[in-house]
Amino acid sequence: MKCSDSATTSSIAVKDWSGRRGRLGDKIFLYLTFIFALIIVVILVALLIVLNVDAMPAIQKFGTSFLTSMDWDPVQELFGALPAIYGTLLSSIIALIIAVPISIGSAVFLSELAPAWIREPASFLIEMLAAIPSVIIGLWGIFVLVPFIRSPIEGWLGSHLGFLPLFQGPPFGLGFLAAGIILAIMVIPIITAVSRDVMRAVPITQREAMYALGATRWETIYRTVLPYCRSGLVGAIILGLGRALGETMAVTMVIGNSYALTSSLFSPGVTIASKIASEFSEASGDLYIGSLVELALVLFGITLLVNIIARLMVWRMVSVRNTGE
Amino acid sequence: MSESGSLRRKWTNRIMLILCGCAAGLCILILALIVGYTIANGISYFNIDFLTNVSKPVGEVGGGMRDEIYGTFILVGLASLIALPVGLMAGIYLAEFGSPAVASVVRFIADILAGVPSIVVGVFAYALLVRPMHSYSALSAGVALAIIMIPVVARTAEEAMRLVPNSMREAALALGINRWRAVLGVIMPGALTGIITGIMLAVARIAGETAPLIFTALGSAFGVQGLNQPIGALPLQIYRYALSPYPDWQQQAWAAAFLLMILVLGINIVVRTVSRRKSM
Repeated sequence: MKCSDSATTSSIAVKDWSGRRGRLGDKIFLYLTFIFALIIVVILVALLIVLNVDAMPAIQKFGTSFLTSMDWDPVQELFGALPAIYGTLLSSIIALIIAVPISIGSAVFLSELAPAWIREPASFLIEMLAAIPSVIIGLWGIFVLVPFIRSPIEGWLGSHLGFLPLFQGPPFGLGFLAAGIILAIMVIPIITAVSRDVMRAVPITQREAMYALGATRWETIYRTVLPYCRSGLVGAIILGLGRALGETMAVTMVIGNSYALTSSLFSPGVTIASKIASEFSEASGDLYIGSLVELALVLFGITLLVNIIARLMVWRMVSVRNTGE
Repeated sequence: MSESGSLRRKWTNRIMLILCGCAAGLCILILALIVGYTIANGISYFNIDFLTNVSKPVGEVGGGMRDEIYGTFILVGLASLIALPVGLMAGIYLAEFGSPAVASVVRFIADILAGVPSIVVGVFAYALLVRPMHSYSALSAGVALAIIMIPVVARTAEEAMRLVPNSMREAALALGINRWRAVLGVIMPGALTGIITGIMLAVARIAGETAPLIFTALGSAFGVQGLNQPIGALPLQIYRYALSPYPDWQQQAWAAAFLLMILVLGINIVVRTVSRRKSM
């Protein structure tokens, strides 16, 4: 986002500055700052090592079957991650299906359509949505959203689209649909903000050329602006996905915590994060705790992959802009 | 082009533009709904008892969250104490001293660390501190929050220092002072608004973090006892009370959510307004 573009622009200036021969005080200060910068690296490495060590009992006992098993039985000490992985992916996908059109639409509005006096406050308000602590969104979810989902939304979907396996079963309210909607609310501000920034990076000449050809505003947006920043938009969406996958509190509060594979969006489910949040403080025994830590490791792996892909895509978009102008 | 074709284009244009406006409106509506419900529910259960009393068992009226409010401030303070030196120094390294290759690696890792889900950071703090010490503790929670805070502070401090014009670096050096004094005496003050903005936004973020506290801070029925003992926190109590079946506690959760939201959004609004005005 904003971070990466100025990083590339001012690197030349910094080179002169650091290339200058320093005196003793400078050397000490340089090494001091370097050590603190290194702490960031050490934290990440330590995180990987410590999680691996603590997950070891589970890794050794279950091996790869941990990822494919559906058991979660603390009494017999049988643990498998499949329902949690499935639930994490499913709730995030629902979230993206809801959030992407709304976010891209909002970003188009903020970047292309809104007059300046609306743009600033509207951007500000959408940023505020991102600032609300997730536990508050979860509280709102339990007491406001879930009752609303239970009767009007799930009732309607069940009676009109009930022939689809997605919309079968009794409407609990708590479940994947609620989790998906809550997650959508939490990723919309991120996807909107990044998309708006990459849309603004599209050169004005691209738009003027389209208008000169007689295109309408929508045609200009749809055929020029959006394709031009496609990779940046995909990056924004994946960044949102990374957030959705790891989001814990709000999801834990509305997903219903049932450890099972299910195709119905109405049924309660579980995500990796919600499983850890709801059981970790009561877990006992190396294998039980190890299994929860291994779940954390799996979640870390998934989000790591997703975040790296997203960063590379947004970076590429931004660097295209920097060299192109 | 035919008459009907241009009419269709015109209407597609209008409809799509209106839909985009509606999408933005929907986002703001959602914000209004969440904030509105929290204020409406929170205010009616928010009173002096809530601020001054400790939590009470179900059925007894007049319970409050004094200890949890105090605990949140302690945890945020502890996390800041750890994260600020590390974050700021790392930010200085990234902005002023780092060779491009090393700095870009550190920057990348900071971004990765910022993207680690907070629950995973909580598990890490548990494995690193709670398990060896055989006790849930304020310290472990503070460390978890600090890990979340460090990359944010480092990156925003770096960004802010990069915005200081190069002429100021050159002017400082031309006066013959050392680079470290130029950094501390000229560049940091020049970037102060940006740095403080970053710190305050990071504080607002960790003040509302709940996931890493569940199995580090744990919550405490005996108030704040010490850094090696469990401690309560506002967001943690919202989580516990919201999931409880008792209306008393649920009402307390709303009151706590109201207070936390005022705190977090208050910081955000003030900081963003000030920094925006300054940057214009």
